[in-house]
Amino acid sequence: MPFRLSRTSSITTETPFGPSILQRSRRRFSSTPISRHGHLEPPKPGEELTVTFIDKEGEKHEFKVKEGDNLLDIAQANDLEMEGACGGSCSCSTCHVIVVSDHYDQMEPADEEENDMLDLAFGLTETSRLGCQVKMSKDLDGLVVQLPAMTRNLSPNDFK
Amino acid sequence: MRLSIQSTPARYSCANLARRLSHARPGRPGALIGALIGGRNGFLSASPLHKHPISTLIPPRLPKTTSRTSLSFQQCHAYTTHPSTTNPNPFRAAIIGSGPAGFYTAYRLLSKLLTAHVDMYEQLPVPYGLARFGVAPDHPEVKNCENKFEEVAEDSRFTYIGNVAVGRDVELKEMKAHYDSIIFAYGASQDRKLGIPGEDLGGVYSAREFVGWYNGLPQLASLAPALDAGEDAIVIGQGNVALDVARILLTPVDALRKTDITEAALETLAKSRVKRVKVVGRRGPLQAAFTVKEVRELMHIPGVSFTPISSSFYPENPKSLPRIQRRIGEVLLKGTPDAPPDTSPKNWSLSFLLSPKSFNPSPDNDKHISSITFAPQRFADDADRYSNAARVVPNTEEQDMTLPASVAFRSIGYKSAALLGLSDIGVLFDSKLGVIPNDAYGRVMSPSLGPGNLSAGHVPGLYCAGWVKRGPTGVIASTMKDAFTTADVVVQDWAEEVPFLGHEEGAKGERRGWDALREKVESRGVRPVGWKEWHVIDKVEKERGAAKGKPREKFGTVEEMLEVLDR
Repeated sequence: MPFRLSRTSSITTETPFGPSILQRSRRRFSSTPISRHGHLEPPKPGEELTVTFIDKEGEKHEFKVKEGDNLLDIAQANDLEMEGACGGSCSCSTCHVIVVSDHYDQMEPADEEENDMLDLAFGLTETSRLGCQVKMSKDLDGLVVQLPAMTRNLSPNDFK
Repeated sequence: MRLSIQSTPARYSCANLARRLSHARPGRPGALIGALIGGRNGFLSASPLHKHPISTLIPPRLPKTTSRTSLSFQQCHAYTTHPSTTNPNPFRAAIIGSGPAGFYTAYRLLSKLLTAHVDMYEQLPVPYGLARFGVAPDHPEVKNCENKFEEVAEDSRFTYIGNVAVGRDVELKEMKAHYDSIIFAYGASQDRKLGIPGEDLGGVYSAREFVGWYNGLPQLASLAPALDAGEDAIVIGQGNVALDVARILLTPVDALRKTDITEAALETLAKSRVKRVKVVGRRGPLQAAFTVKEVRELMHIPGVSFTPISSSFYPENPKSLPRIQRRIGEVLLKGTPDAPPDTSPKNWSLSFLLSPKSFNPSPDNDKHISSITFAPQRFADDADRYSNAARVVPNTEEQDMTLPASVAFRSIGYKSAALLGLSDIGVLFDSKLGVIPNDAYGRVMSPSLGPGNLSAGHVPGLYCAGWVKRGPTGVIASTMKDAFTTADVVVQDWAEEVPFLGHEEGAKGERRGWDALREKVESRGVRPVGWKEWHVIDKVEKERGAAKGKPREKFGTVEEMLEVLDR
């Protein structure tokens, strides 16, 4: 069993009428991944870097990781809903993340290949990156990224 | 009142359907739309769901018998906040098709619904659909999705049933009794035709046929495209498949020897005389469907020049374009500075604003193509020529243009076909659009079931995913997203205990799926192939490939595949 990183969140969104549909269905059908990915080693004490993922329900998941881990591996090792259809080879856009902390400018800029794939990402933003291409470093300690919604949803354009 | 569903010009979406339904019931415009995006009640702004952004919501299924407009606000809330309890019954689904749409649907379904069991039907012995037979051999990294599919197939709640063609070897109506749900994910196995003279001449192929041939699709093993007939190839259409065709035609054959392209394709490509590939589109570069990676690859083939395109298609300041068009524009306008057209042995070009009119036979051989005549087009007067939706009209001021072509590929889109027996289970295939009518989430819709109540239109238990659902566009990531949506609505509908298959007959209890069907199907002389048997084929294919320095040498026929199993 791969090392499980600490998870510091819980699902708390309740509506005035009880938990929302999504959370209810979540409880009823708790997700059991088919297998684990990204066999990450734990960080050495004192060398932990912090990264936070905001999932599509708006929940924050904070992890202590080590330098060099990429965001796709971190997300998959922690069962976050992020696919890496091409296996992290920068050939699809399924590990698209949106950088929401002010670390975007401190990252190595996306290269041509990554930008070519980002062109195909759903909901591309000015601070979009591919998770498989972002490696944790000391400069990125405290990084916060958001996962875009992974299911197709109707947009107002669908009604035109 | 019966709605004619065959002639809808636009793609099926719930909006379309809503429009159609509201035509049938004047005075209730948009009710279905409201219901779909706003939850059961359509009162989006007042719903507790509103605290979640719309983008996170999957529309709940509507209760079968309640009239939408008669629900009071309180009733709506009461229903919204007190759904049925957990549906404890085991859920048995048949997924038809083992490509990315089928596997991503299975993956999501098995992850989200612990009581689910999936039987996946595939007409070939071997799985993965277009990941195996569509993805270009020089894009092996795109096939990495197969690793995920392999994991899915290892799940004990998953059964692979290869070499069984639904509709031919097993009928949909007999399957219906043994499943709670049937999910159509069988993709697009045909192609659109231009419907112009000469389309059946020798040397005219569809891109789908050519791609299937070099990827070893058994049905196309004998295609033998006439690449030695001359030096000029024309590809009609400007999507990524068109560029795949151009790239395979222009790539030095030795560079392909390390890929899993078939040995037969390598032999034919080695004898190819094609030197010039023209990729022709009806509109301009800003309207083309190809993506930047595929264009860039064509600019980097050694010894292949690109004929510069006119900058008049672009605004004075190309930086003002949206990101995607801007980046493609940069690559196109840069071209191939290291490979000048006059000194490079091979060339590719993009031609715009040309609509094909006829394929013309060769004067020496009236069975083979020698040229294509095109009718020039121009942007419509009211069109924004820099918009990717810009419309074109025939340009009557210019003469038709005839371009030489010793071989031609029609790459104007794939098309799904109706599965045999679909109508037996209440599905009206839309042969014009080449899709199964659905509500844009994946519920199969039939106008004969609505309107009149809140679940108007859904054929109970039937769902679809992938190209047969939304049409043949997009990359694997788009199909994944789409398949996840389908699986999510299946799970949600199951939780809501809305009718699934067999509901009308009052059938209760566990469905046995393939276990109940197997004996009968085998008695017809069908030889099903299981997942472990696929592994045997897979292993031999890899061994055959290793002997030639390739990742895999595919078997070219179903007989060869089965022979490995039964030897």
